[in-house]
Amino acid sequence: MSGLQEHLPILQILVPLFGAILTAFTRRGITAWAIAAIASGIAPFISAGLLIRVLETGQPISYVMGSWAAPWGIEYRVDVLNAYVLLIISLIGLISIPYARKSVATEIDSHKQPWFYTMYLLCLAGLLGIVITGDAFNAFVFLEISSLATYTLIALGRNRRALLSAYQYLIMGTIGATFYIIGVGLLYVVTGTLNFADLATKLGPAMATHNKPILAAMAFMTVGISLKLALFPLHVWLPNAYAYAPSFATAFLAGTATKAAIYLLARIYFSVFAVVVPLKELPVSEVIIALSLAAMFLASITAIFEQNAKRMLAYSSVAQIGYITLGLALANKMGVAGGLVHMFNHAIMKTALFFALGAMAYRTGLGQMSSLAGIGRKMPITTAAFVVAGLGLIGVPGTAGFISKWYLAIGAINHGWTWLVFMIVLSSLLAVIYIGRFVEIAYFREPAPEIANAHEPPASMLAPLVILAAATIYLGFDTRLTGGTAQSIANYLLGGAP
Amino acid sequence: MVSGLYIVIARGNMIKKLIGLGLFQTSVYLLYLAPGKIIGGTAPIYDKAYQVYSNPLPHVLILTAIVVGVATLAVGLALVVRISEEYGSIDEDEIFEQDEDQ
Repeated sequence: MSGLQEHLPILQILVPLFGAILTAFTRRGITAWAIAAIASGIAPFISAGLLIRVLETGQPISYVMGSWAAPWGIEYRVDVLNAYVLLIISLIGLISIPYARKSVATEIDSHKQPWFYTMYLLCLAGLLGIVITGDAFNAFVFLEISSLATYTLIALGRNRRALLSAYQYLIMGTIGATFYIIGVGLLYVVTGTLNFADLATKLGPAMATHNKPILAAMAFMTVGISLKLALFPLHVWLPNAYAYAPSFATAFLAGTATKAAIYLLARIYFSVFAVVVPLKELPVSEVIIALSLAAMFLASITAIFEQNAKRMLAYSSVAQIGYITLGLALANKMGVAGGLVHMFNHAIMKTALFFALGAMAYRTGLGQMSSLAGIGRKMPITTAAFVVAGLGLIGVPGTAGFISKWYLAIGAINHGWTWLVFMIVLSSLLAVIYIGRFVEIAYFREPAPEIANAHEPPASMLAPLVILAAATIYLGFDTRLTGGTAQSIANYLLGGAP
Repeated sequence: MVSGLYIVIARGNMIKKLIGLGLFQTSVYLLYLAPGKIIGGTAPIYDKAYQVYSNPLPHVLILTAIVVGVATLAVGLALVVRISEEYGSIDEDEIFEQDEDQ
């Protein structure tokens, strides 16, 4: 057993990757789904095992690929930060998979279903890979694996605009990834290493002689990754991509894809650049805070006026990403912890919201807000789950969203910027408006004739939705998993070298 | 590098955009390869006659990056084919007009 445990870091990637190959050989959707279910079922146990081990020992787990020692070979390095993000991604994968069966069966042509699951598993493997690897170039390769799979997933949407959204995302995403490797290339030229931990030690001496290329590298990497994580104003690909992708793909991607990119940003800042570049002297954190605030307000306002329900939630995602980057940019213990907690909470709440919309689309085939009038009477459980997750998004006390905003507010006060607390509260009020608008339409209007036959979705779709809604409430009271872990990660990140 | 990026931004034709993207990526490969070459250095095969070797790692990295680039281009072209089938055009402005008409 100890032999297997030693190889957990690589198994985390290999399980979904082999699953992807197997599904590519299947002919029927149900077989492919079963393989995908097994692979996504194993992944969270591996992540949980890694997280427990890292928390117990307090030491990062290092796995050297093919026994080539670290700076030369590729190293998988698991510390508290990436074990935590791995758990977020693989848990969302596990919860989504029962939902996938019915949703994919109605939205995707039957001969394409096995390929759909292949793409899903490749995307999962890529995202987990970005997070687990300790090598800057390897992270790029995984970034592209997950991105290419994502473009395909989005293009499989039924509306022809899905193709256009996928194409636009491909152009933007590739520019982002290429910017990232320009940055990595510059760092490699200066230091001669690609390993994150090794970079951190070698950048210090290099900074004295070559500070221009290092700053340029930092700028390229920041912009490149910001494109991937949809930081305002580089978010333009996201609303269309989420709106026209198949329901299951939207829910899965909303919970995971941007989180992996945020992780990468946190990793290069806190583990690589923070060690050597005097961040205080550069306006990086001010710029990111300003952009985060712009995202929180402008994206929320756009969401208020949006007619398509999925696009509304997509704009809300841009706003919520603003909270996460805001917390990370504050760069003090509570701020970073708040950003990390919000990563977990947002993944859960947003996946629940998209699940609810997907369930409504499954029964009615409709996505416009106005056409879903009175849906609360026809699909009470689904709509109730939507409302619970929506309350979480607003940050009502007793839900998960409140905890993350509480941490963020304390982080802002510790930073000495009390006005920021006011901004956080104010932007949450905008969320009240767009969630409230849906609630008003869903409950207080007469059901339209088109949805007269709508009723609750099948149990396989309802169960994940209810579990996520329950988790939104549960995580609002029990913060040991999210808050406790996030605080120890923040301590670890801000305590200096990785 | 910049001309590739310019084409991506300025051109409305989707195939031309992809060509620009390819140009942009290829120039980044050169950014990696150029510093790896040492004048007078040989291939990194150990032999007593040579002391100076070129760095082989950038080549390995770029080999991977080329594969990634090819895959991206393939997916991009496949999408353009599907877009052309659905809309009957590969010009962005015309396609946006078609969608607005609906």
